[in-house]
Amino acid sequence: MSDTVVRTNPDPQAPGEDPNRRDFIHIVASVAALGAVGGLAWPFIDQMNPAGDTLALASIEFDLSKVVEGQQVAVKWRGKPLFVRYRTPAEIAAAVKDDHADLRDPQTDESRHKPGKPQYLILIGVCTHLGCVPNFKGGDYGGWLCPCHGSVYDTSGRIRKGPAPKNLAVPDYAFLSDTKIKVG
Amino acid sequence: MSGHSTYEPKTGFERWLDMRLPVIRMAYDTVLTFPTPKNLNYWWTFGGILSLCLGIQIVTGIILAMHYVPHVDYAFNSVERIMRDVNYGWLVRYIHATGASMFFLAVYIHICRNLYYGSYKAPREVLWILGCVIYLLMMATAFMGYVLPWGQMSFHGTVVITNLFGAIPVIGPSITTWLWGGFAVDDPTLNRFFSLHYLLPFVIAGVVVLHIWALHVPGNNNPTGVNVKSKEDTVPFHPYYTVKDGFAISVFLILFGFFVFWFPTALLSPDNSIPANPLVTPAHIVPEWYFLPFYAILRSIPNKLGGVIMMFSAIAVLFVLPWLDTSKVRSMRYRPTIRLYFFIFLLVCLVLGFCGAHEPAEQVIPGVTTFTLGDYDLNTMVWLSRVAALYYFAYFLLITPIMGLTETPLPVPESISEPVLSHPASGSAQAAAASNKG
Repeated sequence: MSDTVVRTNPDPQAPGEDPNRRDFIHIVASVAALGAVGGLAWPFIDQMNPAGDTLALASIEFDLSKVVEGQQVAVKWRGKPLFVRYRTPAEIAAAVKDDHADLRDPQTDESRHKPGKPQYLILIGVCTHLGCVPNFKGGDYGGWLCPCHGSVYDTSGRIRKGPAPKNLAVPDYAFLSDTKIKVG
Repeated sequence: MSGHSTYEPKTGFERWLDMRLPVIRMAYDTVLTFPTPKNLNYWWTFGGILSLCLGIQIVTGIILAMHYVPHVDYAFNSVERIMRDVNYGWLVRYIHATGASMFFLAVYIHICRNLYYGSYKAPREVLWILGCVIYLLMMATAFMGYVLPWGQMSFHGTVVITNLFGAIPVIGPSITTWLWGGFAVDDPTLNRFFSLHYLLPFVIAGVVVLHIWALHVPGNNNPTGVNVKSKEDTVPFHPYYTVKDGFAISVFLILFGFFVFWFPTALLSPDNSIPANPLVTPAHIVPEWYFLPFYAILRSIPNKLGGVIMMFSAIAVLFVLPWLDTSKVRSMRYRPTIRLYFFIFLLVCLVLGFCGAHEPAEQVIPGVTTFTLGDYDLNTMVWLSRVAALYYFAYFLLITPIMGLTETPLPVPESISEPVLSHPASGSAQAAAASNKG
């Protein structure tokens, strides 16, 4: 008789018992609490992404008549330098000549400017190695030389020597008129 | 109650760590096995709720500081940017703003729990004083946080509160100038308040550690106020109070969420949505609800220094309460006479809050002009707050010491278990169980 009583009243704290209703409640409560914390975590992570006003200011317009042939103007776009280079015919010819040279990141010069506008080269002025700003006309190819680790770019902004893996990036841009572009 | 540790390291790593930094042992002893009186009611869940409040305020506050600019020209707009442009910025700010009110709601309940059950009495005086220190730090932090959005209420609230120190004779004006860092509340004031508002919560967290340490030396008080006599009187903190606290926290978070998602501006002043203007003071300047009783005491004294002294005394009196209470019985459950005075005290605190929210000259009962004494109209908020303030101080300075000596308390149970075991219901339940078995 006493055996029966013990079995109908198992000790809920006893280890090694089969899962009972209390275990179920513990599991459900823990999962609910974890779900709530997880759901709340996302807003707290997402708040560090670019805010609405930051995204709204992400495009700029630029007047190309400010740049003289043979020179480069650097403007700030999305917090980074944007190179606007007015290339001489000799620089364009040098870039086209190397279209089929042994390039690390093969691209033709034509694909790096807008059709009919080979003189204007618009590039993000950030070295693809570790983010320094390459110096104008430095290096063996008359393009750019990065002062940090010696990456050399040609007059089309293509990587030719040094540790950088990629060509200088061409941003999304469009000609609004003959002398005006919109970047971003 | 902080007896022997029953922790036994199970793995090799735990044994290795236990010899060097017994941090797992400490967590085990304080969170899992800590012997806790088995009769704690829901009024004892506010310690856990308050820890959560502090955590919420610190996490949301650190996030807000990532987007906030502490400069008079940018502060207001940076808060607006948080509300409009920062991803979920509205949510984080409303949690932080509502969180301040929820924090004070919880701390007031926690303090009143202590007053009712006599938890401040020996041997828990240091525990109580540390709690009072936390409360003071909370008020300073909340005040400086309210300055940061740099709206009209922020600015003119700061002007009023910093000018309070100007009431101190001789050195007062110098202290005010020192607080301002200039000729008036301006950019230096905003910058230093931001710095301190960021610092103080971590100071609070430090004092909370001491508070919990001081709690774990004598252990929890309990609704009977009787000391724990044997192991029979206690249960381990986990799972009994982790689950009870967890349930109370869930209910508390429902109330919290109700304000955050449905009435986020209910506890904020609309005047603070107007950028600070040093040239115009809002028509009706009031502090946040949790400061209203003290604000009413300040305004009830027709003297600048006197008002400031009374306002700070209203908090200072809490620090010496353990030595003002002469009663040997802790819990008001067995002190029917003072219990009545205590409930009047709670009502008086609400009345003071009510007075603080209204103009001093406003009539309490509109239209009645017969309650006059000489030139004074007694039917005004200022006179109501004078009477209430008088009771506030009388409760601590007269009623508490005298009652302890004159009242006749009800018989106090021998132990925590005794009233449960001798309860008629439990007796009949045992009898019923016995007859069933038979």
